[in-house]
Amino acid sequence: MKRYSAFAIAREAFRQHKGWQRAWASPEPRASYDVVIVGAGGHGLATAYYLGKRFGITNVAVIEKGWLGGGNTGRNTTIIRSNYLQDPSAAIYEKSRALYETLSQELNYNIMFSPRGVMMLAQTEHEKRGYLRTERANALQGVETRFIQPSEVKRLVPIINIHGPRYPVLGALWQERAGTARHDAVAWGYARACSAMGMHVIEQCAVTGVEAAGGQVTAVNTTKGTIGCKKLGIVVAGHSGALADMAGFRLPVESVALQALVSEPIKPCMDVVVMANTVHGYMSQSDKGEMVIGGGADGYNNYTQRGSWHHIEETVRALVETFPMISRLKMLRQWGGIVDMTGDRSPIISKTPLEGCFINCGWGTGGFKATPGSGWAMAELMAKGHSPLTDAFTLTRFREGRFIDESVAAGVAH
Amino acid sequence: MLLLTCPCCGVTAEETEFTPGGEAHLKRFGPGSSDEEFDAYMFQRKNPRGVHFERWRHAYGCGKWFIAARCTMTLEVFATYPAQTLEPPAEVIEKIRARRPDWEGAQ
Repeated sequence: MKRYSAFAIAREAFRQHKGWQRAWASPEPRASYDVVIVGAGGHGLATAYYLGKRFGITNVAVIEKGWLGGGNTGRNTTIIRSNYLQDPSAAIYEKSRALYETLSQELNYNIMFSPRGVMMLAQTEHEKRGYLRTERANALQGVETRFIQPSEVKRLVPIINIHGPRYPVLGALWQERAGTARHDAVAWGYARACSAMGMHVIEQCAVTGVEAAGGQVTAVNTTKGTIGCKKLGIVVAGHSGALADMAGFRLPVESVALQALVSEPIKPCMDVVVMANTVHGYMSQSDKGEMVIGGGADGYNNYTQRGSWHHIEETVRALVETFPMISRLKMLRQWGGIVDMTGDRSPIISKTPLEGCFINCGWGTGGFKATPGSGWAMAELMAKGHSPLTDAFTLTRFREGRFIDESVAAGVAH
Repeated sequence: MLLLTCPCCGVTAEETEFTPGGEAHLKRFGPGSSDEEFDAYMFQRKNPRGVHFERWRHAYGCGKWFIAARCTMTLEVFATYPAQTLEPPAEVIEKIRARRPDWEGAQ
């Protein structure tokens, strides 16, 4: 793999850009691999990458039913933050955020990480108390956040209306080192690095079944034939239930649609990410100038990757009160992704009842920010059978009553 | 936008008039059951791609709970029936079979 650099651009400029290589190869699957990862989204590719990088396991295939990064990796609002309340969550999201900071250099691929800062508005007294608590928890966890006053909110975000009649801004939880990144580039960068290590990234290859012998996974059946494996990682977000069904177990997960939308591009007006959790909308401005807006998830099981009109209305209506200027904006595009929600709104990175089969799912509405950390931890779990970052996120925690209750911590209906 | 018909008051309305209540026909395991049974009842869900039986409440109408048979792939609603039904009625199964001949059936 040729490295990308300023020199490479100059070199190619002199030969009509004929020397660029494909970022990753498109091989036909071999008969078997040491490790097969199902799902070539950010999390799956990151898992494969860190298996190779940290543990030298490179006889790996990442198989994907559609195209690379075409699921939730390409459907999110690209926000990266780690201001969670519970210790296990803060640990893995902070690991992830820290990995994002140097990911472009590490992958030699510009993921456009922009640590522009994320602010979560406190718009009720209850929410303010909640964020003051989170601020203190974060201080103990080593996550850098602070609670800021309305005047500072206004200074950072001039377009905000802090005197809303129903939901005045009472302050905000501010994480300065949080931000956004180019979501597709994260998947592409990992895929390129995996391919460079000799791993196979196989697109257009849907899994149709999981084969096991003596309680141990042996192979996956796919639309490109049976692929043998010693270890299997299921990293398929919204379709985890279907894969688990093939592997013979059930999950405490329900799949629902989460949607987002972008406005027409406008001149730069907001250089931070603002989340308003009481009214439940969040917004940032992309490099193209579009306002990227996200809201709540639908409440019922759904695999259609479409959103619903009334949720857009609800989200935008809520944001207009806090950002009056967006009332004149035209919305350009809207899309939906299928997110896998667990009861406590925390992920599952765990062994499964099937020996050799591991699952990484349940990231719900907030998986993008966790991509590097999730891959880092999942790779360790698959290689060593144990990872300090995943200890709390087991599949059995529900039965044992050890919830990592971020749904209550966030105080919103995710 | 789903259109649902409340079997209690007969009103057909958009989904904003209803609130979803998750998978229907769960068999309750309480005191005396094993950990596995309670875990399965409390947390594990079918979450199917296809026919799904689910609870809804006519929150901004008559306030009653009912059950809907719906496809999670197409959002087609096959039928709705009262909540006081322990398993999908035969005529609902028939309606689903007419639309989904290869459906495996309610498990």
